[in-house]
Amino acid sequence: MLTAEQKQELEAKLQAYVGRETGPPSVGPDLVNEPMIRHWCEAMGDENPVYLDPAAAKESLHGGLVAPPTMLQAWIMRGMPMAELPGDGDDRQLQLHQLLTESGYPSVVATNCEQEYTRYLVPGDQVTARTMVESISEEKATALGVGYFIDTRTTFTDQDGRDVGWMTFRVLKFRPHEQPKPAEEGVPAAAAAPRRLRAPLGHDNAWWWEGIDRGELLIQECKACGALRHPPRPMCGECQSLEWKGRVSAGAGTVYSWVVLHHPPIPGYEFPLAVALIELDEGTRLVANVAGCAPSEVHIGQRVQARIENVDEELKLPMFYPVG
Amino acid sequence: MTTETLHLEAVEPGDALPELDVPITVTLVVGGALASRDFTPVHHDKAAAQAQGMGDVFMNILTTNGLVGRFVTDWAGPDAVVENVAIKLGAPNLPGDVMKLSGSVTEKDDAAGTVKVEVAGRNGWGNHVTGSVRVRLPRGDR
Repeated sequence: MLTAEQKQELEAKLQAYVGRETGPPSVGPDLVNEPMIRHWCEAMGDENPVYLDPAAAKESLHGGLVAPPTMLQAWIMRGMPMAELPGDGDDRQLQLHQLLTESGYPSVVATNCEQEYTRYLVPGDQVTARTMVESISEEKATALGVGYFIDTRTTFTDQDGRDVGWMTFRVLKFRPHEQPKPAEEGVPAAAAAPRRLRAPLGHDNAWWWEGIDRGELLIQECKACGALRHPPRPMCGECQSLEWKGRVSAGAGTVYSWVVLHHPPIPGYEFPLAVALIELDEGTRLVANVAGCAPSEVHIGQRVQARIENVDEELKLPMFYPVG
Repeated sequence: MTTETLHLEAVEPGDALPELDVPITVTLVVGGALASRDFTPVHHDKAAAQAQGMGDVFMNILTTNGLVGRFVTDWAGPDAVVENVAIKLGAPNLPGDVMKLSGSVTEKDDAAGTVKVEVAGRNGWGNHVTGSVRVRLPRGDR
């Protein structure tokens, strides 16, 4: 973990990359050509005649063969050398990733990609790409871990310098919540079943989750005025005191409202999933799952009792069961 | 794919695209990576993929883009012009799984002659890809 000062220093270094090109322009090593188009279509199972059949393509609105628009980026890929060297020597995008790796954000995942095609490429075109770091977010807590979103924009031009399209790409460079355990010999880590999302833990809420791990459902209580609050936060909404303590709830409550989730089906959860807003007898409310009855039986006013249970081998959660 | 291109007038928001099941095989993952000139080891070398905590080689983004583009033009026809593909990436596509592509028309811009198709590619883990494709369709009077 970085100190506030180190983080400030890192973020200043990160911002120095914004607005700059990541290196010299990438010039496509091959002109747009029919064999590579055919190889692409074969792999994708794409039988569109405008890519493959010169006679049909001549009759189309293109007036001749064109390349699949989604092939745009393929024309500037470096091929075999990518397996040896992850980037060009003076690739500032690589330096940026390296800086974040060294600062404790080793993992990377691509999250978004958008491509706009100004015109379809045709055999004989030569593509050149220029990539710029468009923005770098503040440090964000995500389901995967804490990290920085990096947005890049690549513009593609043809042999006459005219735009043929652009691409924006977003990656998250992050520190995973738990370091992945080294995979045992022959046991791929990805074979493990997907698990429920973890709450991002911080200074203001970790104590509540530590209570859950001990088997205690806690409620935050203001030391100055005694008001109870949930979810955990630093300041009392009644008297603005920053002094508080945790108090153990008896876990008895009533369904104040509920939904049954069918979509989107997030990996690690079973659907339909009953999610309820539980009003504890102490007066605060929390969001939790109702277990022990069919989702269709959950109703407003239902009396429920918390049991803190393991939902997987590590995560404990309060689950609410109907009583009476 | 269809050989007749859909006319703008024949398409309305709410129209569903025919679903497409894409069996994920090592051949597709490796073939797609090499056809897109993406030699990043995790897309063709199982040991390299496992060193990163994945069970096997997994599909690269260019192949995902290619399949999404194909899915839309298979439905819209050869004279449909893809103008924009915007995708959000989720669960990886690993060999042995099947990705089911589904989609529907959500917007139509008569002036521009385009429609927007929302697309989802779902595998055994959840959505591999969600996003939208803007495609220009010919008008019926031409």
